[in-house]
Amino acid sequence: MRTHSIAVLATVLITGGLARSASIVGAAPPRPPGAAGTISGKVTYTGTPPKMKPIDMAKEPNCVTQHAGAPVLTENVVTGPGNTLRWVLVYISAGDQGSTPATETVRLDQKGCQYIPHVLVLQPNQPLDIYNDDPHSHNIHPLAKLNPEWNRSQPAGAPPIHTKWEQPEFIPVKCNVHPWMHGWHLVVTTSHYAVTGEDGAFTLSGLPAGKYTVTAWQEQFGAQSQDVTISGSETKPVNFVFKATPY
Amino acid sequence: MKSNTRLVALLSGLGVLLCAAGANSARAQTSHIGNLTGHAAPGSKLYQRYCVGCHGADGDGAGENAPWIDPKPRDFTLAVFKCRSTPTGTLPTDEDLFNAMTRGFVTTNMPQWLPLTRQNRADLVAYIKSFSPKWKTLKPGTPITIPAEPRLTIESILHGRQLYQKMECWKCHGPKGHADGPSAATLTDNKDLPIRPYDFESGSRFMCGVTNQDLYKIFMTGLDGTPMPSFADNLEPAGAWDLVHFLRTLQPFDTPEAALWKAWLASHAGELKPIGPGGGGGGGR
Repeated sequence: MRTHSIAVLATVLITGGLARSASIVGAAPPRPPGAAGTISGKVTYTGTPPKMKPIDMAKEPNCVTQHAGAPVLTENVVTGPGNTLRWVLVYISAGDQGSTPATETVRLDQKGCQYIPHVLVLQPNQPLDIYNDDPHSHNIHPLAKLNPEWNRSQPAGAPPIHTKWEQPEFIPVKCNVHPWMHGWHLVVTTSHYAVTGEDGAFTLSGLPAGKYTVTAWQEQFGAQSQDVTISGSETKPVNFVFKATPY
Repeated sequence: MKSNTRLVALLSGLGVLLCAAGANSARAQTSHIGNLTGHAAPGSKLYQRYCVGCHGADGDGAGENAPWIDPKPRDFTLAVFKCRSTPTGTLPTDEDLFNAMTRGFVTTNMPQWLPLTRQNRADLVAYIKSFSPKWKTLKPGTPITIPAEPRLTIESILHGRQLYQKMECWKCHGPKGHADGPSAATLTDNKDLPIRPYDFESGSRFMCGVTNQDLYKIFMTGLDGTPMPSFADNLEPAGAWDLVHFLRTLQPFDTPEAALWKAWLASHAGELKPIGPGGGGGGGR
């Protein structure tokens, strides 16, 4: 099974290579599988990031109760100890190889008038299930531009919405009933991606030898890229530093 | 040999580019409305005469009048349309666009275009579709099925009222349909511009047509680009018709729905639980 999928992958790589450089007679020999590299590092900031504000959920008493004692903060810039940045997408934006299409279902929850996770990464056509765990209604309104923009109501107790995104795109998602609810569906063509946790750390593994562009994207501070060459089973350290401004 | 191949590749690449440019400038697109066929070329001329002032030369809704207009003119480059017969997230049919243009958008600056001939309007539909590549890559959605309207009964209105509570229509449209629900003041459209929910008490026409069928369509397809979502996932056709019957009672008109409702209320008003937070919306039987 494994050998079979490697063979298929090799065929895809060879034909893909041929299609791209029709003038070259004889494609490069397929690279030996197995020798995979890793890119890992941290995302931090310099400067002063904006203070995240407590969200007033008074319009939805259910959600106030759910967060009693610990008001939810806005999530557009979430930091950790040591100036680290959370919710940053790090992914291979160019030179990607060895990616596998994802088939497992990704889950988005609407709970306590928040999107969980705040940043959801998925690949084109990967199944996405959207749940409403709250005892009241939400409307899910992804503001897609390349993909179709839709807006669906999901009352309390309604079954999950089964959907997917076909085109790579970074899609802001909102609920019009609860205007503070804000999240992202990041559709990327690579399976080499990571979203930073509170420690700002990320690891992209399983990278065949080659030249890559690694991009880090943060919803307020934008994107940064670095070129990295992987020449075998090595781990290349890559760090990103965003310049934070309070407004 | 090698340079020859490259030259061929370069020339064929140029060919592709030229073809693409040609197709683009000709805006080779048509529309089909009944037995009418609209063509983009004459549509383009009509657009320059009647539409460009608001919708802009690029169809992005940024015409020279746009700064003075609220709500803003439609941005055709997004290919997102409010009034459709098709499910949320799908392109409208040519007929949907034709009807929207003909009807105009009440409470906005978009007038009725009845003075233009049917052929003119069909040509404009064809041209409008040239502003977004989605019209080339996607097909219009399949229009939703609307079963025949069932007989109006008080049970239907009462069930519709329960759905108004359960689906939380009141969160934006208000407990009495006065557009004063808790979320009404913070609504924004897909360009983050403020937008108002429909006020049933105003008595103004619905944005996407005046019939009960049009009303059914509005909440079963959603008004894409606005906060109004589709309820099709969670409303059965029978329930949707009940909701139509109840919504009619919120308008200040002498409709059969309003007459039946008033007659029932005269002797049963005390049985109703108010709509709103923690409200049952139920009542009656």
